[in-house]
Amino acid sequence: MKESIKSALIEIAGEEYVSTFEEELYFYGRDPGLSFPSNPHYVVLPENTEEIQQIVRLANKEGIPIVPLGAGLSLTGLAIPRRGGIVIDMKRMDRILEVNEKARFVIVEGGTSQGKLQAYLEKHYPRLRHSIPDAPPTATIAANVVIHGQGRLSQQYGFNSDLVAGMEVVLPSGEICKVGSCAVSPYWFSKGPPLPDISGLFLGWFGTTGIITKLAIKLYPRKKMRDLEIFVTDNENLISDIIYEVTHTEMVEDITIFAQPWPLFFKDNSHICIYFTGDTEEELEFKRRVIWKALEKFIESKEGGFMWVQPSMKPTFLDMPQRSVARFADVKRGGGFEYSGPILLVEKYPECMRKLRELSTKYNLAYSAMARIIDTAHCMMFAFAFAFNRADEDMVERARRAMAEVSKFIIEVGGVFWKPTVEEQKLTIEHIDSGTLKLLKMIKNHLDPNNIMNPSNWELR
Amino acid sequence: MGELRFNENLCLNCTTFDCLKKCKFVKLNGAKGNLEMLKIARGEDSTVLRTCITCYACEEYCEKGNHPFYLISEKREEKGIDIVPRPILKQWINLGEPVGRYKVGELREKTLSFGFVPEFLQWVKGKLFEDVMPSYVFGQEFFCNVAYLHFGRTSVIKQRLPIVMDNFSKLGIKEVICLHDECYGAFTSLAPAFGIEVPFKPIHYYEYILKRLEQLKDKIRPLNIKVAYQRPCSSRLSPPMHYLAREIFTSIGVELVDRVYQDENALCCGEVVRLQGLYDLAEELQRENIEDIVKSGAEYCVFNCPYCYAALGHKLIKKGVKPIHIIELCRMALGEEV
Repeated sequence: MKESIKSALIEIAGEEYVSTFEEELYFYGRDPGLSFPSNPHYVVLPENTEEIQQIVRLANKEGIPIVPLGAGLSLTGLAIPRRGGIVIDMKRMDRILEVNEKARFVIVEGGTSQGKLQAYLEKHYPRLRHSIPDAPPTATIAANVVIHGQGRLSQQYGFNSDLVAGMEVVLPSGEICKVGSCAVSPYWFSKGPPLPDISGLFLGWFGTTGIITKLAIKLYPRKKMRDLEIFVTDNENLISDIIYEVTHTEMVEDITIFAQPWPLFFKDNSHICIYFTGDTEEELEFKRRVIWKALEKFIESKEGGFMWVQPSMKPTFLDMPQRSVARFADVKRGGGFEYSGPILLVEKYPECMRKLRELSTKYNLAYSAMARIIDTAHCMMFAFAFAFNRADEDMVERARRAMAEVSKFIIEVGGVFWKPTVEEQKLTIEHIDSGTLKLLKMIKNHLDPNNIMNPSNWELR
Repeated sequence: MGELRFNENLCLNCTTFDCLKKCKFVKLNGAKGNLEMLKIARGEDSTVLRTCITCYACEEYCEKGNHPFYLISEKREEKGIDIVPRPILKQWINLGEPVGRYKVGELREKTLSFGFVPEFLQWVKGKLFEDVMPSYVFGQEFFCNVAYLHFGRTSVIKQRLPIVMDNFSKLGIKEVICLHDECYGAFTSLAPAFGIEVPFKPIHYYEYILKRLEQLKDKIRPLNIKVAYQRPCSSRLSPPMHYLAREIFTSIGVELVDRVYQDENALCCGEVVRLQGLYDLAEELQRENIEDIVKSGAEYCVFNCPYCYAALGHKLIKKGVKPIHIIELCRMALGEEV
């Protein structure tokens, strides 16, 4: 830690928004997953874009790393400052700047949380909603799109990053760049079209090419009612057929699948949660019937059926975001939880399940599988999840080894890592097309010549 | 647990053919139904094995006590005729598997059995149960498993019910007040039909409630309300107990309104039918039940079975009828908040 840098940061953001206290650095150096911790030297909480520009310029001048931070919930170490430096905690930049109700988009600052936007829309725009991910409400909207997150509307509209409608980005040089229609118009309705789409220079890069200080995301109709049916099957080979039929109805909001051995009620089955919405009872019941009829052939063959979701169970399933993940995370006590959630074809579901069970047995770990269907079943996110007690070193190590095997498996089945760990990023780079790699390197080297932006992520040099 | 005591001769000499003639679902008139029942008894295939929706009603319709429904259930399983999708069957069989998470209160020789119905942990309190609580048992270890008749799996009942009986015995329980008809039916109808002795005295909770209401009659504030009553399938295993509901209503100043689907003509709540994957039939049953209740002019619909309550309750609320379990209704009459 250099006093001169600390003083410069205080000059930029104010004394109470800069910390070098060990106790605070400790928390900024880790997440609840399996990644090894590494503390930053400084933490700063800027209030606006100008302060971020100054911090980036300072870091460039001093040659020290910068790690932009949302809520630090990636679980895969994406915001762990492996080379120390400055963590830029975005949480003070949480203003909701504009809602265009008729054009259905909202502009927010880069540190705005999912929970804040959810509450704001519920209060002021009850007919609008955004694609809420199943992360804690403190997760930020910007960080979620930077990792190509998914949410409650991903089945209908794609990855949450597909729903971006414009960005303001501070480049590694400290300059500001506007992305999308907002670059030429006062309206933030598109991240690219009809212009050249440069949003890909930032989305999926984990903050290694710039810091999003403002962004617009698309909003969608929020119906008055929401319900679900859960289709259960013990024949994993049928999952992709079932999903194909359900998505063909075009009646469905969200589709998730879960499978876990405990409690016994869930053992040996995969549970396809099919969510649908309506403004009236009639609309809701019409959709329910269409969904039932679409799966009738599986019921008649006795291969699957709709389970009874009692009214008392429904609030748990209809919760947004889902809290059940947090409950699973602590099943072994000690609050350790990590999952690898590759994006792959829905037809790979049975292979993924087999691998998950095999690893659970091999490493004696509690497992849970959760999948989310993306964009009318073009692909899915399949989460290989293990819970562990962080105080139990042996269990942590077993979980680490199991995750390493998952990573190899994902490549074998043609999957692509989602929010990959550093090791998974290296695996991706090893397997990526050489022309693609060359282009990625050109982009990274050009945008961040001093390699100060969230280093150790997407290490392409 | 042994073989089902089914007497083919009783069917041969039957002149009413009520079991399937009265059935709302199988729809076999007169001697045709009798013929099908005899085919089933002889181990032959029958359309009934595929069309029965497990409403239990034929157990009540057969006045000779010949257990037509138990027979249908046994033969279905013998012939490998699945009535619910395999994953749903697995789910429910797993649900009833004892896992050591049962609860027992301060046990005495007389105890309440909540079976495996968590709602009773909330509902069973107050003056009505003062003389027996906190003597209760709850959990899979005390679950009668009769629900598996709905799934055509008598074998599960045969395997688990003796263990359940044993669990009661080990605790020194001599009298069991059953809060669900299925438990009472298990001990008074199904167990004898399969030749198994019950090592305690089963008491239906309607008998218990009536006795308690008599003891507490000074504290009863007549409710002066009109109620409809939704009879569950499981009460077909002990018809005389069903009729005690009327006495309970009288003793708390409640008027039981007439409805089409009353007493012997009761209509299934539909939820089991939904589990079988028969969406349209389930919808029809629920619609008919709800329309009938609404038409009756009742302010409340009283439930005996918590699962019928869960199936129809929220739909009735939307139609302006308040759902309530009979225990809550009685507690209301005793001036307690429910």
